[in-house]
Amino acid sequence: MRARGLVLLALAVAALPLALPNKYAYDVAILVGLNAIVCVGLNLLIGYAGQISLGHAGFFGLGAYGSAILAARYGWPTPLSLAAAVAGVALLAWLVGRPILRLRGHHLAMATLGLGIIVAIVIATEDGLTGGPDGMSVPPLAAFGVALAGETAWYWAVGALLVGVVWLARNLIDSPRGRALRALHGSEVAAEMVGIDSARHKLNAFVLSAALAALAGGLTAHYAGFITPAKATFLHSIELVTMVVFGGMASTFGAVAGAAVLTLLPQFLTALKDYEMVVFGAVLMFTMIFMPRGLVPTLEKALAAANRRAV
Amino acid sequence: MAIRLLSIVAAALLAFAAQAQPIKIGAFLAVTGPAASLGDPEQKTLELYVEKLNKAGGVLGRKLELVSYDAAGDAEKARTFVKRLIEQDKVDVIVGGTSTGETMAAVPLVEAAGIPFISLAGAVVIIEPVKKWVFKTPHTDRMACERIFLDMRSRNIEKIALISGPGGFDKSMHAQCVAVAPTYRIQIVADETYGGGDTAMTAQLTKIKNAPGVQAVLNAGFGQGPAIVTKNYKQLGIALPLYQSHGVASKAFIKLAGDAAEGVRLPAAAVLAPESLPAGDKQRGVMMAYKKEYESRFKQDISTFGGHAYDGLMIAVDAIKRAGGTDKAKVRDAIEATKGFVGADGVFNMSPADHMGLDLTYFRMFEVRKGNWVPVQ
Amino acid sequence: MSAQFAQYLLTGVTVGAIYALVALGFAIIYNASQVINFAQGEFVMLGGMAAVSLANAGWPLPVAVGAAVALAALLGLALEKLAVEPARGAPVVTLIIITIGASILLRGMAMLVWDKNVHALPAFSGETPIVLGGATLLPQSLWVLGATLVIVALLAWFFHRTLLGKALLATSHNRLAAQLCGISVRHVLMVAFALSAALGAVAGILIAPITFTAWDVGVMLGLKGFAAAILGGLGSGAGAVLGGLVLGIAESMGAGYVSSAYKDVIAFVVMLAVLMFLPGGLLGARASDRV
Repeated sequence: MRARGLVLLALAVAALPLALPNKYAYDVAILVGLNAIVCVGLNLLIGYAGQISLGHAGFFGLGAYGSAILAARYGWPTPLSLAAAVAGVALLAWLVGRPILRLRGHHLAMATLGLGIIVAIVIATEDGLTGGPDGMSVPPLAAFGVALAGETAWYWAVGALLVGVVWLARNLIDSPRGRALRALHGSEVAAEMVGIDSARHKLNAFVLSAALAALAGGLTAHYAGFITPAKATFLHSIELVTMVVFGGMASTFGAVAGAAVLTLLPQFLTALKDYEMVVFGAVLMFTMIFMPRGLVPTLEKALAAANRRAV
Repeated sequence: MAIRLLSIVAAALLAFAAQAQPIKIGAFLAVTGPAASLGDPEQKTLELYVEKLNKAGGVLGRKLELVSYDAAGDAEKARTFVKRLIEQDKVDVIVGGTSTGETMAAVPLVEAAGIPFISLAGAVVIIEPVKKWVFKTPHTDRMACERIFLDMRSRNIEKIALISGPGGFDKSMHAQCVAVAPTYRIQIVADETYGGGDTAMTAQLTKIKNAPGVQAVLNAGFGQGPAIVTKNYKQLGIALPLYQSHGVASKAFIKLAGDAAEGVRLPAAAVLAPESLPAGDKQRGVMMAYKKEYESRFKQDISTFGGHAYDGLMIAVDAIKRAGGTDKAKVRDAIEATKGFVGADGVFNMSPADHMGLDLTYFRMFEVRKGNWVPVQ
Repeated sequence: MSAQFAQYLLTGVTVGAIYALVALGFAIIYNASQVINFAQGEFVMLGGMAAVSLANAGWPLPVAVGAAVALAALLGLALEKLAVEPARGAPVVTLIIITIGASILLRGMAMLVWDKNVHALPAFSGETPIVLGGATLLPQSLWVLGATLVIVALLAWFFHRTLLGKALLATSHNRLAAQLCGISVRHVLMVAFALSAALGAVAGILIAPITFTAWDVGVMLGLKGFAAAILGGLGSGAGAVLGGLVLGIAESMGAGYVSSAYKDVIAFVVMLAVLMFLPGGLLGARASDRV
């Protein structure tokens, strides 16, 4: 029963290329996958652990620039630079998370927002190292002389990784650790009374989500061959949180759905030219007003209600 | 015999069909976002002239079709849209890339796909080193620095202060000015920056005012930052000459900065104030026509950025005419062979080593006098 | 040296006053509804842009200003009625996303109704700088500071001396108890949104002569206003004002004495440091949760 969703996802990833007519369509699919990876991790933090982060684009950007700088400026082989960037960001998240996660609610939101902004400003200002606001070129991901190049190859890589990350997330949520997370989301005090070390669990969720964001960031940089600080700004952070909430918090597949819809929607709205922004804002507002729990949970409930009525 | 006849008929039919197909011009511009004041006139100019050319019968008997996307100044979005233009819309030539970031993100794609691309962005890195399929129309930021430094030397200015903003344009021009200053024997004695959305630069300007021996100030930026700098400049009573960059070459800057703009100088192409050109000037006719058409259609002042788009489109169309079709390699060669083309930014003479085709000749120095841009000799 | 310090201080206080007005808007809405209104910055933008377009159309400045503030208040009301009220039972995060959608919508509409250029409002009383202890101050800055003081005083009177204001305060302390006392929480919410929008619009109009206005000025100002509100302690009006001033001065001093490139970093580091040691903000209550 639990595995059903995962199998469906794997099937969808495997079958989607039949519907993709050209390289541009593959490109959009890859972007959806990369966003989904960040959102699954962010959902663990926001949806399950109940901690808001408005600065995750900072981790994304650090992963991207970390791998880009190590590979382009210091000549590290790209799989190594990517791994080092992810590990570095995880370490940073661990160091920064301990004091920050003592804050609650909006104060935590502001603190993470502030951190994300600091990261974005530093990246944009240190142009000797990062190329500044105009960004820098990134060498492709390559190992043993073979480069991961071309939309098709990247599609399968990102698709497989997404399925793996979703599997990891679902296993985590169904484990004692996951139940501890959900408990402390319900009531931190009650959870602690039952012996759950809330600080440690919050920190673990924070670090894992940061690492996933960094991984997606590094992959984005190597895929596009180019990275700019726009990916580390707070507008991008808010985009990510919006995807998680839109798709449905505390729902891994909701995170994937949210990433898919909000990545695809702008591509479809380009036909509206000047009205794109207005329509996008309106769609966001109306969806959240009528589906306050998010897309997937609302659909699940509707489906369950329909099933019950059918019986 | 019958087969030969059939193949001739088939070829003729195909050629006829191809002729009826429109020429697709792809564009990706920052129509919204922080660079919207640049991308919007660019978009409007492209639309206006595609319409005009179609009304006059199109190019080589074929209609022009403009496929344009809004990259909002974001390099990531630009990359996806360029891929869309190449793979899905299958355009023949690309004109666009309002900012350098957007342009550089597109470069690997156009080089791999082999499609001619004329950029509307400023940084010198776009055409240096020369890339086979990439061209550009505006003067580079390095040229802006050079033009300003030449003017400074003519006023015996040696020590200057720099103040610049956070954007890619600002930083790129700042880097170029720092690199080129020693060649013109200009010494930079103070170097301040401000942030996007900043409401006051008095702190930075106070530091500059107190820098020892400073004789002039150069502000490399665009948007509202330079207007605020100019107002603060006057507020603090700094009497030194103030130079702005071509990023604010527009009437809008004078409207914003008001009286404080008097005496401000900047380098710009003639499109900034076509009415100030003498009667015999090569660019006057073309520019006055552009001004009349744009202003009567959109009820807005023309700007140098719309001028870049005008040049990009017209050079592309001219190249297609000379190449006799939309074969991408032939069009590319034709663009590279552009000679004596009179545009908004100047007279273009491209070559395999120079994919911009402009030197300092048509990059003129303007000064604000009595609320108008006036060319300085 | 002291002339420099005076200049940084004057600039910091002027900028801080603007942040304070925006922060007050955040605080009022948060108090009434626990929602962080991410569209607050857009009200600042609306005030400035509406005033500019009306003034350009020939309306006398005071009338244009009044009309712009009224328009913003109406839009704030509309936001509450159409977006926040229908979603009342939703989790707070959902409400935040709704306001984010609203801010995108408002920005998109501003681009369509007006344009993408930067605009200036004429200064209220001229542009001759006033010299104070070696530093200069624009007359418009005096308007900003004066108006902020007047508004803060008016708000204090409103919240503590009028029935409506006391109803707002009561709702912020305990919504259920307020309802039991017969306070219509719906009306309170409407007033809160209209008031915050009006405050934002006033801030936008006051600074438009100094820093200009455009369709996208709301983003950065909203962010800094939010930071100021958190710094001062959400839920405290005095905290919002204090937070705004502290943020503005930290920015200005950071730019002047440390590094102009990193002045925003300095401001945020200050904010983070305050949050680390005073998790409720400068004047925020030492929060205690009922378990």
